[in-house]
Formats: sequence, C-alpha cells, structure tokens
Amino acid sequence: MSAAAADDFLPRAAKEAAATALMVFVLGVLIVGARTFDDGGGHLAIEWRMQVVAMGAALAALGRVGILFWRRHDPGPGLAEKWRPAAAALDRRMGWLIWLGLGFALALPALPFADRYVVDTAIQVLIYVMLGWGLNVVVGLAGLLDLGYVAFYAVGAYSYALLAKTFGFSFWICLPLAGILAAFTGVLLGFPVLRLRGDYLAIVTLGFGEIIRIVLTNWVDLTGGPNGLSGIPRPSFFGFPFTANPPEGSTSFHELVGLDFNPMHRIVFLYFVILALALVTNYFTQRMRRLPLGRAWEALREDEIACTALGINPTNTKLSAFAIGAMFGGFAGAFFATRQGFISPESFSFFESALILAIVVLGGMGSQVGVVVAALVLVVLPEWFRAFAEYRMLVFGAGMVLIMVLRPHGLVADRAPTVRLHG
Amino acid sequence: MAEPALLTVERLAMRFGGIVAIDDLSFVAANRQITAIIGPNGAGKTTVFNCLTGFYKPPIGRMTLWREGQPLYLERLDGFRIARAGVARTFQNIRLFPRMTALENLIVAQHNRLMRASGYTLGALLGLVPYAAAESGAIDRARGWLRRVGLEAEADQFAGNLPYGAQRRLEIARAMCTEPALLCLDEPAAGLNPRESAELNRLLTAIRDEFGIGILLIEHDMSVVMGISDHIVVLEYGRKIADGPPAAVRSDPRVIKAYLGEEDAA
Repeated sequence: MSAAAADDFLPRAAKEAAATALMVFVLGVLIVGARTFDDGGGHLAIEWRMQVVAMGAALAALGRVGILFWRRHDPGPGLAEKWRPAAAALDRRMGWLIWLGLGFALALPALPFADRYVVDTAIQVLIYVMLGWGLNVVVGLAGLLDLGYVAFYAVGAYSYALLAKTFGFSFWICLPLAGILAAFTGVLLGFPVLRLRGDYLAIVTLGFGEIIRIVLTNWVDLTGGPNGLSGIPRPSFFGFPFTANPPEGSTSFHELVGLDFNPMHRIVFLYFVILALALVTNYFTQRMRRLPLGRAWEALREDEIACTALGINPTNTKLSAFAIGAMFGGFAGAFFATRQGFISPESFSFFESALILAIVVLGGMGSQVGVVVAALVLVVLPEWFRAFAEYRMLVFGAGMVLIMVLRPHGLVADRAPTVRLHG
Repeated sequence: MAEPALLTVERLAMRFGGIVAIDDLSFVAANRQITAIIGPNGAGKTTVFNCLTGFYKPPIGRMTLWREGQPLYLERLDGFRIARAGVARTFQNIRLFPRMTALENLIVAQHNRLMRASGYTLGALLGLVPYAAAESGAIDRARGWLRRVGLEAEADQFAGNLPYGAQRRLEIARAMCTEPALLCLDEPAAGLNPRESAELNRLLTAIRDEFGIGILLIEHDMSVVMGISDHIVVLEYGRKIADGPPAAVRSDPRVIKAYLGEEDAA
C-alpha cells in the first residue's frame, strides 16, 4: 500500500463516520429522541432523550470506522464471497438436511423440552412457513411483487370465522371454503391490477391490502369492526372436541383415546394440522413447478414478452399464480382463526405483509428451503429476544442486515432445474 | 416458385407521434421460402415484426396469415393468439429465459400442447390424465432441436450462462418448438462470427426445406441475406423501395442509392 493511500485513510474514515453519525441522528432524533408520556393530568408530554440518540450516533460512527479499518487490513473478497465454500458444502448436504428437518418437525411435540410455549412458537413459525410458501408462488415463481398478501390471509380468517359462527360448519368444511373464497378474492383483485408490472403492481397490491383491512374495520355489522370476532369455534379431532367436560351426548378426544384430559392435546393437534397444511402447500408447489403452468410462471418471471411470443396468455397465467397464492393464504388464515379463537383487523396490518415478503426475499426468491430458514430466523429471533422488550425489533433488523450481507441473493439462492436431460 | 402465399401484408402503416415508422407497406411472404426484409437503420424493419406479432397495433393495414386456405387477420389478434396461430419470432436483443435451463426454455415453448395434455393442470394434479407421456414427448422434441443446433451437451445449463452464439441458436430452436407456420427472425446473425453465420445459413435453409414453413428474416449481414433468401423486400424510411429475388434487388439502382448514398454529381 502506498503512503498516499494510507494518508488518505484517516480523512476518509472521519468523513464516513460523520456521515453515518448524521444518518443515525436524522433517523433517530424523533423516533428515539422524543418520548411521549402521560403527564398525570391526562395530557401528553414529551421527554427528550438526546443522550440516547447521541450514544446511538457515536456507536454507529465507531462501528463504521471499525468496518473501514477491518476492510483496510483485509481488502480481500467480501464476507459473502468468503462464506461461499461453506454455503456450497451446505447446499450439497441439502437433501439430508431436509429429511432431518422434517424428522425434527414430526418429533417435536414428543421431545422433552417441548412445553406449551415451544409448541405454540413452532405453530407460529409454521404459519409463516406456510404463508411464505404460498407467497413464494406469486413472488418467487411468477415474479409478481405482491405487497398486500395479508389481504388473503384476512379473507381466509374472516371466512372461517363467519362460516363457522353463522352456520356452525366444522373446520374441515370451512377450510376449503376459506381457501376458495380467498382465491376468488385473488382473481377479483388480480383482474384489474395484473396489467401493471413491477413497482406499479407492488403499490396497487399494497393499496388493496389496506382496503381489505379498512373494510374489515368499518363493516361493523358483519365483521364486528375493530372489536373483531370472538368465540370462533375451536377445532375438534374430526368431531371429538378437545374439552375436559364434553357436552351431553358427545365424546371428547381424551375419552376417545383413553387418556387423561390435557390441554396440550389441542395444541399438539393444531401443530400437526398446520404442519400438514404447510407440507401440502410445499408438495403442491413442487408439483406445479414440473407442470406446464408452473413452468410458465417461472418463464413469466424471466421475460413476459418472450412468453407472449410463445403463445402463453400472460394475464391468465399471472391470474392463476395470484389465485393459487391467495388460496394458500386463505388456508393459513382459516387455521389462524381457529387457533386464536379471536380475530380482529389488527392481526392483518401491513407489517404482516412485509414480514411474509421478507421471509420470501431473504429465503432466496423461489426457494422452498430458504423460506423455512428465513421464517425460523424472523419469527424465532424476536421471540427469543422478547426479554429485551423494546430492543427486539433492533435484533430483528440486525438479523435481516446480516442475511443481506452474508447471502445477498437470499439464504438459498440456487434454482434447481425442473427437468434434466443428463442425469 | 408457385408456392402459395403464407402471409400477405397490405397497406400497413404505423406512426409514433409524428414519426412515420411504416408507410403504406405491402408485401407477400410465401410458404417454403425465406423472405428477407432489409434496409438501412431506422427503416422500420423491426416495427414490421412488432406489428406482425401483435406488440404494436397498427391503425391502418391488413396482415393475413393463410393457414390451410383460411385467412387469419393478425391485426385483430392479441400477441399470444398470433403465436398460437403459428407465428413464432426471435428478438434482436435475445429474449431467452436466462435463469431456466436450455431444455426448460424449449419445454416452455411447447406450453400450449402440454397444457392440453395436462388437462389444464387440474387433470395432471388429480392424476386424471396421463401427463408423463406428453412430457417425455416434449423432452424428445426439445432434445432433437438441441442436437440440431449443437447444444445437446449444454441442455442442463442456464440459458443466461451460454455464450452469445449459442443463445442465438437456442432462441431459434425455441421458436421452432412452437411448431410455427411462419418463423420471424430479427437479425439472427448479429454478433456471430463468419463460421457461426455460415452455420446459421445451413440451419435456416434446412428448416425451410424440411419443415416447409415460411421464414421472414431481418438481417444486416449481406452474406446471409444474399446467400439464402428467396425473396427480398427493401425498406427505406418505412416505405418499400424494392421487392424481388436477390439478383434483381442487388442491381436495383434505388437500393444501391439507399445503401451507398447518392452518387456525387461531380
């Protein structure tokens, strides 16, 4: 390294550190720096916490200088490059890892540490895995950037809740109905918006996601408005309820199998239901990829104009991807409703759409395994760091940044061909 | 040379704002013939292709594709229906599916036949139709084309990773996998070296003679145009200035003027 370059380093580091500190200050001055609190007289007062902002800015500046120093002493390839051999080794063992993961998922409720909290968290992860796999059809395969996926989740949840409460249908009847209604909504929304491409499509789907939430909030007669719907029927084991004291004339699950009543039975049953639903979603997607429609989705993602020139109807093909993605969202929504027993528009905010999309994108667009890993990271991480209370979103953000730095094309970026000529 | 007309273009016109891209263009392309459209840059050649394949909707003119004596009016059809009617095309800036393998590219090209065979997906999903046979048929056809364009060994490579000349050949193979009646090639020899361009000549004449289809060709490389065309249409500023067999077009004074400029009046 020449002397000139070395001399150049300090001013450059100082400049970058100052820029970083300024950025953190601007971002943080109102979000972190000003805290509102009740002054006791029913009024809101502001407490300025500039020392916190200053600390954050200083930390960020130091971190920036640290990164610059490190890159100066080790100017080789970036972290992503260094990790490539490890990632390739991991990819080679992917087949084993998948079976191992599946075995673990099947055995989880029987493992010694699997208390109610662990199984509940696992259910939460599996809901997001399923949503991720559903959205993967739309974003990963067909390449349609959908920022309003949560709308179909909501339609599924409310369909289940209303059908089950109003007509007393069982979960297994409501589930396909919820899926069909969500798919129908997908087609309805898709017709006008799928003419748009890229960013425009993203904005319009974002709008539709919000429209659904606002309709749910304001259509009080049907949806209960912001109060939501409560008393949604809990699932039964194919007609045998999970209750300690079943109503007269019916047999409860624990009587059926001859066990003592245990509230865990229902949780474990729910766990297996969502595991099965997620696996069905995965199997379906894998099967679709090998059928002409699935290949057309991927071709459409690659080049829409070329697709048209090959006689593929782009509108119908996109619509089918949108509808099928929506259907899986609807299934997941129905499951969510029966699990919670209570739903309100709050559960279907834009944050949910963003989280599901983050799972798909960070997993590596179109990769089924990537979705599982990303869902694990993005759901379990905030859950683990619950103890850090308000800082857990910081951990969430750091996790995302780490994935972006280490695997810029997503956790599992390789696309497996759907058919091979040579072995 | 009494081949029946495959495509008749009559009085086609296309404007973009105030710019006249094509003006009152009429020509005929016959079955079992290679028809070349040539002309200086900006003469409107690619615009003709974009009208024919439905990417532009021309306000004036008629484009008729004759299939088994029945006329199909292309200006009335959506782009994907034109492709289904039997017009396949390649693009000046190659448009393969880069993150799909060469084989997958050729299988996507057989989409419509495979969709029917899969019972529009539902049949195959529910196991109602024997889809596997249709797919292996499609793979065989793709393999045949890959072999033909010398890419069988590269079948499982992503199309985007293939060298430029291979991508051009693959795009032609993909267009042929749609089983077209008319193959439209937009500058297929662009960026090819002389050896590759001689190979291209052989491929195109073989396609013409074996499959008995019409080929419409936009090309700048005169060795390709003069070597294999049966019929040449020359455009300048969106107008047709010459139309005929290569020998006649080559000696047409208006063509020479368009290509070489006005002779100095010295």
